[in-house]
Amino acid sequence: MLLSIFQYDFIIRGLIAGLIVAIIAPLIGIFLVLRKYSLIADTLSHVSLAGIAFGLLFGLNPALTALGTTVLAALGIEKLRNSKKLYSDAALALYLSGGLALAIVLLSLAHGFNTSLFNYLFGSIVTVTISNVYEIAVLALIVMATLLLFFKELVFITFDEEAAQVSGLPLKFLNLVFIILAAFTVSLAIPIVGVLLIAALIVIPVVTALQLKKGFRQTILYAEIFSIFSVVAGMFLSFYFNLSTGGTIVLTMLFIFLIVFSNRRQRLLHWF
Amino acid sequence: MLKLNHHHNIVEIKKLSFAYKSQLILNQISLNIHQGDYLGIVGPNGAGKTTLLKVLLRLLTSFQGQIKLFGVDIKDFKDYSKISYVPQQATNFDTNFPATVREVVSMGRYARRGLFHRLDSQDFKIIDNSLEQVKMREYQQELIGNLSGGQAQRVFIARALVSQPELIFLDEPTTGIDQASQDDFYKLLKNLNQNMGLSLVLVSHDTARLTREVMHIAYLDKFLTYYNSPNDFSTERHFSDNKY
Repeated sequence: MLLSIFQYDFIIRGLIAGLIVAIIAPLIGIFLVLRKYSLIADTLSHVSLAGIAFGLLFGLNPALTALGTTVLAALGIEKLRNSKKLYSDAALALYLSGGLALAIVLLSLAHGFNTSLFNYLFGSIVTVTISNVYEIAVLALIVMATLLLFFKELVFITFDEEAAQVSGLPLKFLNLVFIILAAFTVSLAIPIVGVLLIAALIVIPVVTALQLKKGFRQTILYAEIFSIFSVVAGMFLSFYFNLSTGGTIVLTMLFIFLIVFSNRRQRLLHWF
Repeated sequence: MLKLNHHHNIVEIKKLSFAYKSQLILNQISLNIHQGDYLGIVGPNGAGKTTLLKVLLRLLTSFQGQIKLFGVDIKDFKDYSKISYVPQQATNFDTNFPATVREVVSMGRYARRGLFHRLDSQDFKIIDNSLEQVKMREYQQELIGNLSGGQAQRVFIARALVSQPELIFLDEPTTGIDQASQDDFYKLLKNLNQNMGLSLVLVSHDTARLTREVMHIAYLDKFLTYYNSPNDFSTERHFSDNKY
C-alpha cells in the first residue's frame, strides 16, 4: 500500500531529483550559515525568479535562464561585498527586491503563464521532467566535485578569513567559487521546493545539526541525515495527503528542528 | 631547531607610512627584525600597532615606503608558510562554530599542503606534535567553543605552528585571558623562541608584562622608537612625553 507511490514515474523522477537536492543543499548551507550569509540563498532564489520569468517570456529553458541570472547576481553580490561601499545585508536587500521587481515586470509583460509560474514559486514534484532530473544531476555533480576540491580551504576561510588569507590561500578566488556554487545550488533546487522555499532547504537542516554541537564533518553528516529524511518524508506526506511538496518538506524540516532544539539541553541526545 | 644568525634580518622596514582616509596612522617607520628575535610592539590604543601588523601580514597593501620579508620585497613575497599569524581571537571567535580542536589546528596546514591536496600521514604527525607542544593533545576532540580563553589561545598557537613557520606575529594574544593562563602562555612563547628558534613579534597594550618577557621593545604611536633592551624602556617617559 505504502509502496504504491512508486508505480508513478513522476514520483520516481521527483524522488531522485529531491534526493540529489537534499544531499547538495546542506553542503552549501553549512558554509552559508556559518559565514552568516543565510540571506544569500533567499536573495539568489528571488533573483532566479526573474530568470525564470525571462525564460518563460522569451520561450527559453527557464532552468537555464534562472541559472544564468543567479550566477550573474551572485557575482554582483560578491563584487559589491568586496567594494565595502555597502553593508552586506543592504547589498543583499537590493538584489532581492530588484530581482523580484524585475520578475513581476516581466510577468506583467507576458499576461499569463500562471500555472507554470505557480510551480516555480512553490515547487511541485509532479512537474519534474526527465530533463529536469538530468539538469539537476549535472549541476549537483559540478557542485559536489568543486566542493570536494576546495573543501578544506572553504572550512578555513569560513572559520577565520584573515588567518586563511595570511596563510596564502587565494581568498578572492575561493569566495568567488563558493558564491557560484551557491547560485548553482539555488538553481537546482527550484523544481523541488520552488523559489520561495529554497533558502529553507539550504539553511534549516544545517541549523538543526548545529544544535547537536559536533565537529565540522559530523555536523555535515547530521545535516545530511535531517535533509534527506525531511525531503523523503515530505514527499511521501505530500503525495498521500495531496499537499504542496515544497511546503510539506520545509514543515518537516522545521518539525525536526523544533524536536532537536527543545532537546538540546537535555541528556536525551547524548547518545548521538 | 633553526640554525640562527642573529645578525640576519628577516623583516626590514624602511620609512613606512600608512594613512587611512587622509588620517596618518604610521609615520616614516623604520624597523629591522632579526632571526630569532622576540620583539614586543607596545603603544596606546589607536597608535597603529594592529595597522602595522596588518601591513606586515599583507592584509593592508596601500602603504608608502619599503618592506622586505626574508630579503624579498613584500609585494613579491610568496613564501607564505614562513610566516604565521595568531589573531586576537581567544575571546573573539564564533564559539558556536562546529569545529574540534584538531580540526582548527589542521587548518594551519591547509595552505602548506596546497589546493587539490588532502592532508596525509606526515601532516597528521605534524598536527599531533603541535598539539603536544601546546599541551592540548588530550583536548583534540573537544569543540573549540568549549575551551577557556587560555586553552583556545594555545590551540591558535598550535594552528600557527603546523605550517612550520620561521616567524609568528601575535596580536594582543592575552586579551581576556586570566593571569595564570597568561603565565603559561608566556612560558610557551619563551620555549618556542629559545628552544625552537622561532622569531616572535608580539603586539600588546600590556606594556608592563611585555617588558618582562621580550628581547626588544618597539614603542609605537604613529612614530616608532626602538629599544635594544626592555630595561632601556621607560613607560612613564613615553606617556608623559608629548613628543610621542
